[in-house]
Amino acid sequence: MSELTHLTMAAALEGLKAKKFSSRELTDAYLAAMEKHRDLNAYITETPDKARAMADAADQRRAKSEANGLMDGLPIGIKDLFCTDGVLTTAGSHILDGFKPTYESTVTTNLWRHGAVMLGKLNLDEFAMGSSNETSYHGPVINPWKRKNSDVKLVPGGSSGGSAAAVAARLAMAATGTDTGGSIRQPCAFTGTTGIKPTYGRCSRWGIVAFASSLDQAGPMARSVEDCAIMLSAMAGHDPKDSTSVDVAVPDFRKALTGDIRGLKVGIPKEYRLDGLSPEIAKLWDEGVAWLKAAGAEIKEISLPHTKYALPTYYIIAPAEASSNLARYDGVRFGLRVPGKTLDEMYELTREAGFGKEVKRRVMIGTYVLSAGYYDAYYLKAQRLRALIARDFTEAFKDIDVVLTPSTPSAAFGAGEQSDDPIAMYLNDVFTVTVNLAGLPGISVPAGLDSQGLPLGLQLIGRAFDEETLFRVGQVVEKSANFTAVPAGY
Amino acid sequence: MSLDTKAVAHIATLARIRVPEQDLAGLAKELNGIMTWVEQLNEVDTTGVEPMTGVEQRGLPQRPDVVNDGAMPDKILANAPEPAHGFFTVPKVVE
Repeated sequence: MSELTHLTMAAALEGLKAKKFSSRELTDAYLAAMEKHRDLNAYITETPDKARAMADAADQRRAKSEANGLMDGLPIGIKDLFCTDGVLTTAGSHILDGFKPTYESTVTTNLWRHGAVMLGKLNLDEFAMGSSNETSYHGPVINPWKRKNSDVKLVPGGSSGGSAAAVAARLAMAATGTDTGGSIRQPCAFTGTTGIKPTYGRCSRWGIVAFASSLDQAGPMARSVEDCAIMLSAMAGHDPKDSTSVDVAVPDFRKALTGDIRGLKVGIPKEYRLDGLSPEIAKLWDEGVAWLKAAGAEIKEISLPHTKYALPTYYIIAPAEASSNLARYDGVRFGLRVPGKTLDEMYELTREAGFGKEVKRRVMIGTYVLSAGYYDAYYLKAQRLRALIARDFTEAFKDIDVVLTPSTPSAAFGAGEQSDDPIAMYLNDVFTVTVNLAGLPGISVPAGLDSQGLPLGLQLIGRAFDEETLFRVGQVVEKSANFTAVPAGY
Repeated sequence: MSLDTKAVAHIATLARIRVPEQDLAGLAKELNGIMTWVEQLNEVDTTGVEPMTGVEQRGLPQRPDVVNDGAMPDKILANAPEPAHGFFTVPKVVE
């Protein structure tokens, strides 16, 4: 059955249509793979009964020629940050112990409407705060990739680490992710998978556990650019329940995959060529430039002068929003409650026991920068920097159509290697975080292996609501790179 | 600007997170590390730059001011730790 788990979504749709196999067979193949590779800890909750019922329903629709959804019969995993009706939703946190939502997030509702099949809920950093999936209350996720001749366990990146590991290890055909500072693109780069953070407002945030509301955005993670295009068409769309979801038409993103990028102007930001950038990453970036040039694109150096301030800006704005969003976890309405003699004591003990170290750190930073006397110096200052970072992109996009950068400053690192130093961990998002601050779309495409045999990704950044260009150029990168490597043993 | 253990204890109270006395010094060191790192934003002159609260919107959408959801107390209370008689419960607040 392993051949079934190696199909792309696009190929599986053809197979289902031609009745070469059923959704039930496809789903059973994935359920077997999930059981076999539980050591990766990619799933927090497996939902085999639900998966089989949804697959059988898809097969019945197909038999009656009613399989009209974009993903009819395709089994996928859901990051455990999306509320799923009646299915445990943890956000990777102890504080949501036992939480079974009585409603379904808009994005997952859209996916089920398009016929997708739910395999289970995927592990993540606690409240999506992390770059290595080591902060989850449900334990770290292991990257299916290993360095050549080494048994060292590597992280899958984060926060959508379970999603990335599952897609790479063939434990899900694709998965949902969310991206606040790089949480789709960085784990995709670390696992040789493809993922897009859409424009802010493209997907509804309703029913997604909130981290930093002005930055959070859901997106697909899959094994090809085409699969991401299919899945984003299914996920996206205006939702009156999220006032920041934008009422624009969702194109059939697959139609953008023409392969023709002649005359397209590609910007190369000089500020991303960091001091001490790994020579392997620099070389891959140069190769990317050469591929796009060979395909007829025009390359231009651009300047995004406030790039170096993006991470510190983010580490004021995101914790500030998080401290406000996470105020709801107080032991009263859902999840964990630790009894206390007074109301305040109950709040304090519940939050002490329920939140992990990184979440506490960020809630406290956020509380501090929003507190009386510091609000102007930190929070307002960061919002002004955010405006300058966004303006850098607006200026750059006057002369170019798309930006090409590396996705991450390094390949996947070893478990525990960066967890002692928060700032070293934060630097993982140095190339991705600007995109969230500006609200733009960004895609990470696997583009090669480093000398240790680990995947590396290239990122493309586009204008707001121009995911089509990202898919088109992304597929050119994908074809030029001809990335066919698969982690050994999967 | 450096945070001492007293300041950290105050922030923890504001955030309603209990921090044991013996953890305050370590936490102060970590938070100071991060706050020192973000100080670099002061290198940039932002005079006259409007703060960006979020991605530019085309104005907030409006809808008729009518009740369009609700009447589902069982669903609302389904995940409450200790619901009673159709209500959430908390420790006694008023003596």
